[in-house]
Amino acid sequence: MPSKDLITTAQNTWCPGCGNFTLQFALRNAIKGLVADGVPLENIVLVTGIGCHAKIGDYLDINSFYSIHGRTIPVATGIKLANPDLTVICCAGDGDAYAEGLDHLIFGAKRNTDITVIVHNNRVYGLTTGQYTPTSPLGFRGRSTPQGTSEAPFNPISLMLASGAGFVARSTTRKMPHLSGIIGQALRHRGFSFVDVLQICASYFNVSELYDRQGYELSGHDPADFQAACRKAEEWDYNSDAPIAFGLLYKEEKPVFEEHFSRHSPSSVSREEQIRAFLETKR
Amino acid sequence: MNDISVLTGGRAGDGINSAGLLIAHLFNQMGYQTYMYFDYPSLIKGGHNFTITRAADKKIGAHRERCDYLLALSQDSIDLHRDLITDDTVILFDSGRVHGDGQGIAVGEILKAEQAPAVMGNSCLIGAFARAAGIPFDVVETVIRRQIPKEREKNLVIARKGYDSVSEKRSIPRAGDTCCPLLNGNELIGLGLLHGGLDAYVAYPMTPTSNLLHFLAGVAGSFPLTVIHPENEIAVMLMALGFSFAGKKTAVGTSGGGFCLMTEGFSLAGSSEVPVVVVMGQRTGPSTGLPTYTGQTDLRFVLHAGQGEFPRLVVAPGSPEQAYVWSSVALSLAWKCQVPAVILVDKTLCEGTYSFDDTAMTVPDTGDEPAPSPEAGQYRRYAITENGISPMQFPPMKDAAIKVNSYAHDEAGITTEKADMVLLMTEKRQRKAQALKYETDSLECVKTYGTSGARTALLCWGSTLLVCKEVAERHGFRVVQPIVFSPFPEEQLREAVAGIRNLIAVEENAEGQLRLLCHQHGIPVGSHIAKLDGRPFSVEELDARLREVS
Repeated sequence: MPSKDLITTAQNTWCPGCGNFTLQFALRNAIKGLVADGVPLENIVLVTGIGCHAKIGDYLDINSFYSIHGRTIPVATGIKLANPDLTVICCAGDGDAYAEGLDHLIFGAKRNTDITVIVHNNRVYGLTTGQYTPTSPLGFRGRSTPQGTSEAPFNPISLMLASGAGFVARSTTRKMPHLSGIIGQALRHRGFSFVDVLQICASYFNVSELYDRQGYELSGHDPADFQAACRKAEEWDYNSDAPIAFGLLYKEEKPVFEEHFSRHSPSSVSREEQIRAFLETKR
Repeated sequence: MNDISVLTGGRAGDGINSAGLLIAHLFNQMGYQTYMYFDYPSLIKGGHNFTITRAADKKIGAHRERCDYLLALSQDSIDLHRDLITDDTVILFDSGRVHGDGQGIAVGEILKAEQAPAVMGNSCLIGAFARAAGIPFDVVETVIRRQIPKEREKNLVIARKGYDSVSEKRSIPRAGDTCCPLLNGNELIGLGLLHGGLDAYVAYPMTPTSNLLHFLAGVAGSFPLTVIHPENEIAVMLMALGFSFAGKKTAVGTSGGGFCLMTEGFSLAGSSEVPVVVVMGQRTGPSTGLPTYTGQTDLRFVLHAGQGEFPRLVVAPGSPEQAYVWSSVALSLAWKCQVPAVILVDKTLCEGTYSFDDTAMTVPDTGDEPAPSPEAGQYRRYAITENGISPMQFPPMKDAAIKVNSYAHDEAGITTEKADMVLLMTEKRQRKAQALKYETDSLECVKTYGTSGARTALLCWGSTLLVCKEVAERHGFRVVQPIVFSPFPEEQLREAVAGIRNLIAVEENAEGQLRLLCHQHGIPVGSHIAKLDGRPFSVEELDARLREVS
């Protein structure tokens, strides 16, 4: 029987002050919201990658597939296709989603499978002790780049808009109610939902001050307006000191991938008979 | 014995594979056993493609180095096969494209007169072949009606014109009344998986298993099956594990290069105990190698693929009937023992077409998958059990959190680094290996054929089985064929080679991978006959190579 607070007894090993705590509780609260809406708890499945973020799979007392680095999205896609009644959530790190498994992220958006991808984007590799990621700022000094990186970050929001994602949002662990609200919307969106969560890494990249100073919550933005979403996405390039918008940037309902596969009802003909009938056509 | 070989050649895009198959069907209707080898380079249009359709009055599965009839749709089809042409070869050719000795057929003019597309040239060709071979036209009509889905009447008219445009040269007698289903190995693997309960198939195209993807995608409407072609083989493997986690029996298909990408997910299957079946069609390596040719160089690869130690099932069927039966068994055992399984085949078996013996479709019953006992209390995915297999449940399961994990984990599936739990789980996986061995021990993992009491035996695996059987019969040798490679059936193999003084390994690899495996298990293998050019052994070649060593 899962515990009432949906937290397992596993010992939590995140660093003190880690942004993952906020994300865990924001996601937990969003899941509780879904359950309150009538989604059976046992119909929810969490898929995680590998990295600090992924420990959330141990800590949340729900179905989980603790997979491997970069591969949350194909696992989640398989689960959703196997049983479209399940609500499937991916928690991935920025190393997972933007480096090791970038292809899966783009194809997830392109397919529009009804899954939710939450990227714990702390813009650094934490568990491997402080190397740069695809969203670290230019010049980031990590242990693999002691002289500072010579490549600029890419912008995952723009990338997701270009890839056809029907739900593109950004939030931060600095704003827990906002984060919980965005995740709740993402879970309810029918189609591929993408949430980039700017999260601080207390040990290797603590930029709380930057997110507090430059971050603002969207208002008066029309999430149905693709061009406006693209402009908002380009406001901050994950490198500069520009204002950082938090909220739902783009939302579009479109047919989901799994609709194209018919649900099979049990056949009255045995497989063996079906196979024999097929063989007759080859005679 | 009746033994006829027909070489059909043309350029890629001429439909040579279909033409060879239609000829196989003509023989089939005449009561022959058939086998068709398809040889093609890796290009879409042009080049030189050919098929060798062989027919005999006993079961065959290898080509001969002879050519009783040559059907040429291109000049290369004659020029590149001069070594096979004798005074007795009946040559038919498309007179619009080819110059040579023999009977020309004005394929282009016939098609033009009927306003028919180029693809119908095949009907013209098989009509002409039937006449030259003394096959009655009603046999042609039967084949066209059964095997050509569209525009049958027009195809019949064209076949008749082909039939009337040549004269009978060398008559083929009727061999019997038996008419078998003709299928390629990929189709039989697909049907075997469906028999085993396949719910989903995930694959990225790669020769020689692309046609398995095409076949299953084609029948997904009539069988309860979902077929997905994702972005790459990494996604293929992980998506398959997602399907299996949610309770769907799933297989993937690829060749060596794709399996390289799948190995991280293969090891994840081992750790998470989420079952999956991999159809691994070997082709000539290393790397891109010869994409459309064959080889048996990946036995050690599949036995060792993936980091860490975990039980796996590896089977290597060698005939169309074994492809069907063992594909079903592999899927059932993967699920029963919650292990990844590999069906190791090659281009020869995957893309060769065979007369299928539908009386040999009996799949051994592997029994039920373990179910949780009702009094077990809270569900734990990795509950410690006597045989190491924990009952597998799928979401949604009321009042349970089903947790699977790539990390070392405890019984509930939660990550652990505790020494005692790591040890317990390692031992659990080892007990699963024993449970799997117990299952395979009850099956015929090693087959023997040929002369009992013979002191010389050919040791082979996979698609070389059928050429070995045929050649061994000529020499009065025994044939020993391991089908299961993991868990290794050491006891059954020892029994199979008892009394053999000279064990000769026949393998399409340089290093003698099966031979080395036997040595590792203390079973001495004398000589090793290798085939290294990407082409399967012909009967003549193996016969000659055998004379050198025996």
